[in-house]
Amino acid sequence: MMRGMLLGAASLVMALAGTLPAAAQEVVKIGLILPMTGPFASTGRQVSAGAKTFMEMKGDTVAGKKVELIIRDDAGVADQTRRIAQELVVNESVQVLAGGGLTPLAMAVAPVATQAKVPMVVTSAGTAAITKASEFITRTSGTLPQYSLPVGTWAAQNGIKKVVTLVSDYGPGLDAEKWFTKEFTSKGGEVSEAVRVPLQNPDFAPFLQRVRDAKPDAVFVFLPSGVGSLFMKQFADRGLAEAGIKLIATGDVTDDDILNSMGKPALGTITGHFYATAHDSPENKAYVEAFEKANNGMRPNFMSVGGYDSMALIYAALEKTKGDASGPGFMEAVKGLSWTSPRGPVSIDPETRDIIQNIYMREVKEVDGELHNVEFETFAALKDPEKAEAK
Amino acid sequence: MLTILFDGIAYGMLLFILACGLTITLGLMNFINLAHGAFAMAGGYITVVMMNRYGISFYWCLPAAFLLTAAIGAILERTLYRWLYQASHLDQVLFSVGIVFMSVAAADYFMGGQQQLINLPPELSGRMEILGVGIGRYRLFTIVVCAVLVVLLQLILSRTRFGSRLRAAVDDRRVAMGLGINVSFVFALTFAFGSGLAGLGGAMGAEILGLDPNFPLKFMIYFLIVVSVGGTSTISGPFLAAMLLGIADVAGKYYVPAIGPFVIYALMIVMLIIRPSGLFARGAGR
Repeated sequence: MMRGMLLGAASLVMALAGTLPAAAQEVVKIGLILPMTGPFASTGRQVSAGAKTFMEMKGDTVAGKKVELIIRDDAGVADQTRRIAQELVVNESVQVLAGGGLTPLAMAVAPVATQAKVPMVVTSAGTAAITKASEFITRTSGTLPQYSLPVGTWAAQNGIKKVVTLVSDYGPGLDAEKWFTKEFTSKGGEVSEAVRVPLQNPDFAPFLQRVRDAKPDAVFVFLPSGVGSLFMKQFADRGLAEAGIKLIATGDVTDDDILNSMGKPALGTITGHFYATAHDSPENKAYVEAFEKANNGMRPNFMSVGGYDSMALIYAALEKTKGDASGPGFMEAVKGLSWTSPRGPVSIDPETRDIIQNIYMREVKEVDGELHNVEFETFAALKDPEKAEAK
Repeated sequence: MLTILFDGIAYGMLLFILACGLTITLGLMNFINLAHGAFAMAGGYITVVMMNRYGISFYWCLPAAFLLTAAIGAILERTLYRWLYQASHLDQVLFSVGIVFMSVAAADYFMGGQQQLINLPPELSGRMEILGVGIGRYRLFTIVVCAVLVVLLQLILSRTRFGSRLRAAVDDRRVAMGLGINVSFVFALTFAFGSGLAGLGGAMGAEILGLDPNFPLKFMIYFLIVVSVGGTSTISGPFLAAMLLGIADVAGKYYVPAIGPFVIYALMIVMLIIRPSGLFARGAGR
């Protein structure tokens, strides 16, 4: 109750500030809230590094305003995210929020964004429903339906008949399972079994054995990136590849950040995703170079490019509004924006405020002694199928 | 079917190495050390650093993980733990939980929050078929190492002079001191040994269970289940409990994946109702 009133008051002040030309600020503050510590720290590390790389490459002024990036750590805990978002909006008068390392974290910020009319750019979380949570949310990562569906298309077109799905048992996992299955079965494939793995799962042995005994042509996997690497090893150890079972997955499993340490077992894995460090374009080359230089050789992964593009989006929108960062105007400017990201051409769907982008099919290969996701097929300009269907 | 049984045994064995150190501190020294997982994590990180940064063979990493973790355990015991032997259990719990959180933050700071991976030597990876049963080589290795450890531990505790001193020191500290047993030395050594076992477990578990800064929190519950179901007065109790839990967990997840994760908790509740003080309780000894 008290909180609601405070927020209401805050938004009132903000709205007033927006109407008074005398209060026009020369600084645009962006509050980037990320899990910088805790189990999802690698997400925070990558996203913040991506956002900083953008500012290093493009400078910190846009449309005559100075951009100030404030990074805060929510440790991956949703109520902290919400508290920090309120603090940033009320005390620091932040004009644009960004972050959302995980679905629940992004969801926690949604009411703050709505009530204070502050735009929120989601940099990482991948559940389709997030952009529906508030009028003021837009996204620069991608959605799980968006990059699970093409994997289904590819599998059906490439002689795979029978698949077992194996996903983490939470929102994004269920999204991935649903859209892969839907696409794959509509193209004539058969999903003989759907295995769901608890999020906190120490040992994959029983699940993998189940997959093996079902004797499918391939297993479709979605797991959050850290767990994915463990899975990969056990997949190889259990001899599923020798048993003729192909591994197809979303790109989270072959996360570029840790792909190299997975070693040989990862070779040949087919994944679908929106970004690979090895993506061949001049924009990406420049990005990877700048990123690795600034971060001690760390490889930029798909999380980092979400961070990079969140800044690209904010800059482009500010250009369009001539530096006005007030919520409604900013969101109007965001709709339909398009730019060339390191991942390829992207745009923001004017109807759903979600990102439209290419999804690439990639295979893990050795390039110059390092493991990389090498792209071999492109599904151009895909929208989020979940929201496209709802219409 | 047999493969599942085999996997379950390997998993149980791993749980046992991880938890048996806790049995020693909890059961023999009567100290509630929730930070046990932190020592396991230390062992895991020692292995990761040695293998990935210095390229040392996995076989050398295992004893190194044991010895270094034991050394850390000994230092902490001398500097911190020993002041709390006489404290209430609640104080011990608060103290060791504090250590857990510090270790989580420290691991995150020094090693980063990501999963750590190790690459096993080729002869330990992959699997083979024996009489039609698929057997993972690494899991077989785990079983052999753990089986040897169980036998050794049992022999040390029941047959050696050190074992009898330790039991004497636990049963009655004052009388043991009166008999000329250097109780604080015995305790320090035991604590170091228990920590070392955790370190070894962490090193061996890095491949199967994974390793990240939240390891001590993630697995605390498993250690506690093993110890509470098995009882703390023998080595064989926790061993059987670990076996049972390992097999039940793996089989549950295989045959009824929808409720798989609940199987071991249900089992724990049933066991504790039937035998509240563990499988092989010594009775109301203290």
